[in-house]
Formats: sequence, structure tokens, C-alpha cells
Amino acid sequence: MTPTTTPAASTPAPTRREFLKVSALAGGGLLLASYAEPVEALQRLVGGAPAAEPMLSAFIRITADNVVTITAKNPEIGQGIQTMLPMLIAEELDVDWKQVRIEQADFDPNKYPAQVAGGSTATPTNWIPQRRVGAAGRAMLLQAAATQWSVPVSELTTAKGVVYHKASNRQATYGSLATAAAGVTPPALDTVPLKDPSQFSIIGKRIPTVALKDILTGKPIFGIDVTVPNMHYATFVKAPVYAAKVASANLDVVKSQPGVTHAFVVAGTDNLAGLKAGVAIVGTNWWRVQEARKKLVVQWADHPTSQQSSAAFAAKAKEFFASAPQRTIRNDGDFDAAIKTAAKVVEAEYSYPFINHATLEPQNCTARINADGTCEMWTTSQTPQGGRGLVASTLGIKEDQVVMHMMRAGGGFGRRLYNEPLAEAAFIAREAKVPVKLIWTREDDMQHDQFRPGGFHKFTGGVDANGKLIAFRNHFATFGNGERFASSADIGPTEYPARFVPNLRMDVSMMPLGVPTGALRAPRSNALSFAFQGFIDECAEAAGKDPIQFRIDMLKAEIPPQQPYTPQQQAQLMSAERIIGVLEMARDVSGWGKTTLPKGTGMGVAFYYSHRGYFAEVVQATVSKAGVVKVDKVWAVGDVGSEIINPNHAEQQVQGAVLDAMGQAYGQEITFTAGKADQGNFAPATTTAGNASNFSLLRIRQAPPVVEVHWKKTTYPPTGIGEPAMPPLIPALMGAIWQATGKRVRQLPLSKVDLKWS
Amino acid sequence: MPITLKVNGTSRTVDVPPEMPLLWVLRDELDLKGTKFGCGANRCGACTVHINGVAQRTCTLPVSRAAGADITTIEGLDPNGAHAVQKAWEELDVPQCGYCQAGQMMAAAGLLAKTPKPTDADIDTALNTNLCRCATYLRIRAAVHRAAEIKAGGAAVGSSGAPGED
Repeated sequence: MTPTTTPAASTPAPTRREFLKVSALAGGGLLLASYAEPVEALQRLVGGAPAAEPMLSAFIRITADNVVTITAKNPEIGQGIQTMLPMLIAEELDVDWKQVRIEQADFDPNKYPAQVAGGSTATPTNWIPQRRVGAAGRAMLLQAAATQWSVPVSELTTAKGVVYHKASNRQATYGSLATAAAGVTPPALDTVPLKDPSQFSIIGKRIPTVALKDILTGKPIFGIDVTVPNMHYATFVKAPVYAAKVASANLDVVKSQPGVTHAFVVAGTDNLAGLKAGVAIVGTNWWRVQEARKKLVVQWADHPTSQQSSAAFAAKAKEFFASAPQRTIRNDGDFDAAIKTAAKVVEAEYSYPFINHATLEPQNCTARINADGTCEMWTTSQTPQGGRGLVASTLGIKEDQVVMHMMRAGGGFGRRLYNEPLAEAAFIAREAKVPVKLIWTREDDMQHDQFRPGGFHKFTGGVDANGKLIAFRNHFATFGNGERFASSADIGPTEYPARFVPNLRMDVSMMPLGVPTGALRAPRSNALSFAFQGFIDECAEAAGKDPIQFRIDMLKAEIPPQQPYTPQQQAQLMSAERIIGVLEMARDVSGWGKTTLPKGTGMGVAFYYSHRGYFAEVVQATVSKAGVVKVDKVWAVGDVGSEIINPNHAEQQVQGAVLDAMGQAYGQEITFTAGKADQGNFAPATTTAGNASNFSLLRIRQAPPVVEVHWKKTTYPPTGIGEPAMPPLIPALMGAIWQATGKRVRQLPLSKVDLKWS
Repeated sequence: MPITLKVNGTSRTVDVPPEMPLLWVLRDELDLKGTKFGCGANRCGACTVHINGVAQRTCTLPVSRAAGADITTIEGLDPNGAHAVQKAWEELDVPQCGYCQAGQMMAAAGLLAKTPKPTDADIDTALNTNLCRCATYLRIRAAVHRAAEIKAGGAAVGSSGAPGED
């Protein structure tokens, strides 16, 4: 049997508390609460008493038929976490995956720790705690069997959901022991023994996606699929210039359209990640509401950012590069003196555009104000905790009056870290006094993203007569106010090649920005990698060195910092040894330097360290004489520690990140004119890149035939995989293009770069 | 105006404006939520269904143009997931987020109905109109080939859905 999910019901389900009470009173099974709770609280619950305050988390339920239900606590956005976290519990509980059912948790910070999908954090933060939950359950079942058989626990073993006493040839299923186990005092979670990795029977296996069958048969499991009684549909028209207010709107005309029940102005706030100003239209049918929207005429008030544009951003960066930087965030040795002694000096400017997350499921949320004043929400948020706070502050209610059901999300990529749709749906539902499902149009989604910010870099590098990089300077023209970077437009003093060049200066100048920005898969790294790794390739060329060997040689000579690192920086420092490990493996598996390639075909390499993960990637690409790029093959090598918990999904995440980056490189760009985003929908399938009015995602025709994924296993604890595979791809592709054509690509997307050759 | 549709083998009558797109009739009038909204502009393919056996997009298609036609949605491809395409998708565990996959599978089933043994190029041409934001394209390609094998009588490789379980 395949494990299945039980998605949050579209009809009112018993509350978790009722559920706990029912389970406990029925007395038919074992409920095991969270590691976050004190042991006394655990005892109260598993002792069979009705659940009292405070509410407890519950991860494991075992029924007499030996079915083990495990709660998946985190938001599922396609990264496979609904499968992976329960695997950790099931492993230590020592059950057969075939007897496991998965239930998606609602959001409840009193029961579940850190219900978040972001920063590739779920693996490192749950690797031990979720296993302890399983191990504690196993210990209680063992104790129950020991008592029942009057034998010491040390004589018992378990396998696949059965306890054995070999000496007396007795055995009992977990299901038959569950009621007795519920009366056992739970062990202390921080000392409960965990399996030796050699004993793993689930971790490391290719476990199928928990919701697979539901997806393949079209079950209504996504946020956009939610239905609640008397549900109305809403659209919310926001100002194209961010946070501009509504001056006037022809609400009477809109209200008279068929199917429309409400239309009203929302004053909104200035929070670009909160409730913005706009016009809400509510009706009995989403399509009707869109038809009515076509009749809407809004006059938007003037706004200070209505003059900002991509052209002006680029002009400002040029100004910055011609002037002294606003500030210096790292200064090792003496760059100015060292560059004068260099045998060769390289200078280059790199730039990359704003881009959109473009989740395929548009932003949406369903909200209902209940009779008791609570706001109940069905959401795809990656940060339900943040969403709850935003909704509470928007409505002026307490956080515990916001009830959230976590629905499967049709992609995240960082977009759903931001919760504007929740604030909008909650506010509209309260104003209209009906439950509403708010769905953004694709155009809403495209123009009102929390965009990956663009950026501009001016680099100067100097190599000595031995081909060693002795001087390096980066002037980063980015966005922010005062010393505060715009979200995701930042850089830190440990950005490679910092730490590995004796004379190095990192300068920053910032211009103000009135565009919402935010984290996109591998935030900062997804952009900085293109610029920094690209320029390092240029330095390798100047040095006359092989791009892989040049990097390895640098990594072997660390320079002590002039300013000591903060404890946080120290804890997050890239390990040169681990990067060298993946670089060497990438060289080996790709046959780097051993293949003779025809003219127009090249190989490139890059590495990157982000989100605790180490990746090196090699790309082989062919550029036609007309300048069309085709990726022939990619080799990706990752070091994310000692275990690949679910190789099935880990491989998917790497291949997805690689292809995602290719899509960015080929043709993704959001531009701004007169304060607003120019692009409105996806580019047609007949095109290969976006343009002045469309945004492109990679299509199957552009996907390479093979993306090889290799794991460099190390002794470090496992870390996340959703993000770190992305950053190396773009600079590796640019290296391949350079080898194929002799052209350096210093601007993205590729659709704006002439790559013709003869 | 009442319009009668034949959806997944069942006759259904809806009272909607004739210009209402079939997608929204399926999702909100007939409660068939498997067909997805992605763009509203025929650009992403998330809304792909079969109309008289041909894969077509529905987000801009007026419902009146589908009246009387045989419409198959993902819910009707095979409700138990036993269609060759669903079985292949399960074997290879194709989805990441899964949002586009109904459209991908309908497009793939449409391709296989016309081209029983497609090449990579055939697959890329037929499915180029279907965006996958998670970029599961490598497994999609492999799964279409596998579905062709299953259709031609190849045995399914277990039912666990785990590719190469070890």
C-alpha cells in the first residue's frame, strides 16, 4: 500500500483539540507528542487524559490494525518535505514505510516547531529532533512489550513495526501494543538513543512522493482548489505603481455587473509586503469577477516612485562606478598598492535583471471570518507564522484568532515567504462579510511579485607573474536606503573570493528603490554567483590557468581577515576543503580537460556555497553560428553531508535547480517603466525568451537531455537541498559559452547578448 | 443559458454565459479541480484537457464551443490512475509541486494517441506548450517514453512508484 495524505478538509473538520480528545478517550491508540513539550505535558497526553491546556503537538498515531499515521508539519511546496520529515520519524520508530500514512498538519506553533519552508533549513533543523520523536515512540512500545512479557527491554528488538523477544519466540505488532504504550512514561527526548546510520532502512531510500497518487488523479489538494460553504470569489486590483493610493474608482459600474456582490476601495498600507491599496471586487464566480474588472476604471494618486525605471537604475549604477563608493564592507591588505604591481589587470562590469518567482499556481488564499471572531484561512504560505502575524495586524485581532490550514502549494521558490494574499483575502472577507477565495490573475502575479532584485558589479582583478590573484576589488551598485539593503539586494564580507585574496576590497553603493523585492531560491547567491564566478573565470584566463585548478589553488591559501568575523559569520564560513572536494569530483565525473570539443562547443565550471550546501557544476554547451545556445549536458556534484535522506527528491531538487537557473539565464527579465513592471504574462511557447511585455520560463525543448547528479558524501550532518544546487549553473554555462565562442557574457539574460560567431 | 457538456462520459448541464471559458466551468461549476489555472492566456498549458480526444487548452475556450463534444479531464483519464501515462508518471515519480502535471499528462496522453512511439523531438514538440515551473522536464520525457512502452504492453515496474528502489 502506498501512503496517502489527508488534505485539510474543505468542510469543517473537528478541531485538533477535539481530535486529540477523541483519540485519547477512545483509548485505542498511541499519541506521541512533540519534543518541544515538557515531559510532564507528554505524560498527560499519552497517559490517556483528555487533552488539557496547553495544546500539544502530535506526530505519531498507531491504531490496532498496525497503521502508523505520522504528521507532516511543514509547508509542502514541491520540495518533498511532506515525505522527508515523516521518513525521519518512521526510521527511528522502526516501522515499514508501507504501514505509514501521512497527515498534513495545520499551522499551530503551540504544537509544532518551525513550520516554515525557506532557507533550505528543514533538513539541518529537523534531522535530529524528528528522529528523536520516532525513537521515543519506539522506546515506549518496547517498554509496553517488556511489561507485558515480564522481560527486560534489553532483550527486545524491533523491525518493521513489530517487537520481538527472540529468547521466548514471542512477537507483537506495534498496533497491538499501542494502547499499553500510551500509558508508558515517555523517555527524555534529548537522551533517547538514535540508530547508527548503518541500521537505516528508510533514510537513504528512494521514497515516492507522499501525495503522488492524488496529484496524478487530479485531487483538489492545492490552495487554489479549496471550497468552503457560501464561498465567494475575489479579485484585488492593486496600483501598478507600488503602494500608490486610489484617487477614484467607478464602483457603481462594477457593482452593476452580473455576478458581482461587492466592490470597494481598500485604503491599504505602505507595507510593500502587506495590504496595499486597491479595489476589491467580490462575486459569485471568479470569471464573472474578472469580466467586471474589465469595466473598472481607477484613477491612482501620484506616488513618489512613479518615475523609477530600469534605465534610470542602470544610469545610476554608471554614476556610482565613476565615483568613490558609499562604503567599504571589507578591506584586506592594500588593494590600491597591489593592483599597481600586478603583471596583468582585468576589469569588467557585470549586471543582472530583476526577475519574477512565477510560481505556476498564482498567489491565492481562502479566508472566512467565523462567528467567534476568528479568521480561518486556507493558505499556501511558506511562512504561515509570518502570515498569521500579518493577518492579525491587518485585521486588528490577536494572532491566536487566526486559524490556518496549510494546503499544498503549486511551487514556492521563495514567493510564498511573503503573505500579501493572506492579508488581502482576510481583509476582503471581513469587509464583504462572506468567505472569499482570492485568486490573483497571472498579470497580478507578474507585476506584484516580491522580485529578485537586479544588480550591477564593477570588478578589478590583478594577477602576478606566477598567475596568482593578488588584488581584487568589487564595487556593487545595489538598492537600499541608508545602510539598509533592500530585501535580497545585500552582500556580505565573506563573499568568495574574499578570504582567499591578500589585497581585496568590497565596496557598496546603494540607490533607493520603490519596488518590492525578496528572496528567490538561493537568494543573493543566485545573482552574485553569476558575477563573481564569472569574473573569477576571467582572472583565471588572465593568469593562463585552468579554471578549476585556478580556483583550487586559491582555496588552498586562506588569508586571515583584517577584521575578525562575527560569531554568525564564523559559523557560516564556507569550508574550502569541502568546496575543493566537489570541484575535484566535478572534474573527474565530467571528464574535464580530457575531451576534445568541436568549435562552437565548450565546457565551463563554477562552484558555490550557499545554505550550508557545497556544489560544483560543469556545463557542456553548444552555440550555433547564429548565436543560439543549447546545453548538451550538465554534471552537478553536491556535498550536503553524510546522508541523502531521500535520493528520489534530492535528485529532483538538483535537476530542478539546474534547469531553473538555465531558464533565468536564457530569457528572464522584469523591467520597470514609469514606476511599474512592464511584463504581464508568460512568453508564448513559440519564443525562447521574454521580452518587453512577456516573461519566459524554461520549456521542455530547452531542457538538456542529461543532468547528472553526483553526491560527495562527507561526515558532516545532512543539510538542505532546495537551493544550493542553483547558483553554480549560470556561471558554469557562461564559461562554456566563452570556450565555445570566445565571448564573455557579463549581462543577463542571454537573449540580450549577441553570441554570433564565425 | 443552459449548455450541455459531456464530461468524463457523463452528461452535465450548466447554466452559464456561453463565453465563459471551459476551464472555469469545469473548476467552479462542475467542481472538477484537477484542471488548473496558470495564465488565462493559452501560454502555460496547465488547463489542458481532451476535447474529442485532442489535447486542448481551456482557459480561453468559450464553453459554448465545447457543447456536445466529448470532454475528458484528468479526473476522467483514469480515476484510479491506471492510464498508461499515470502509471508511467507514478513509476518515475515525475511531479515536484505537481501543479502543472494534470496538463502535462493530458498533453502526453494526446501525443501517444497519435504517435504511439514518440521520439524525444516528438515529445518536446508536443509538450513545449506545457510549462513546468519546477522543471521536471527530464522525468517528463522519460515518463512519456515509459508510457509508450506500457501502452504497447510493457509491464509496470511494481506499484511503489519508486524509480530504481534500492
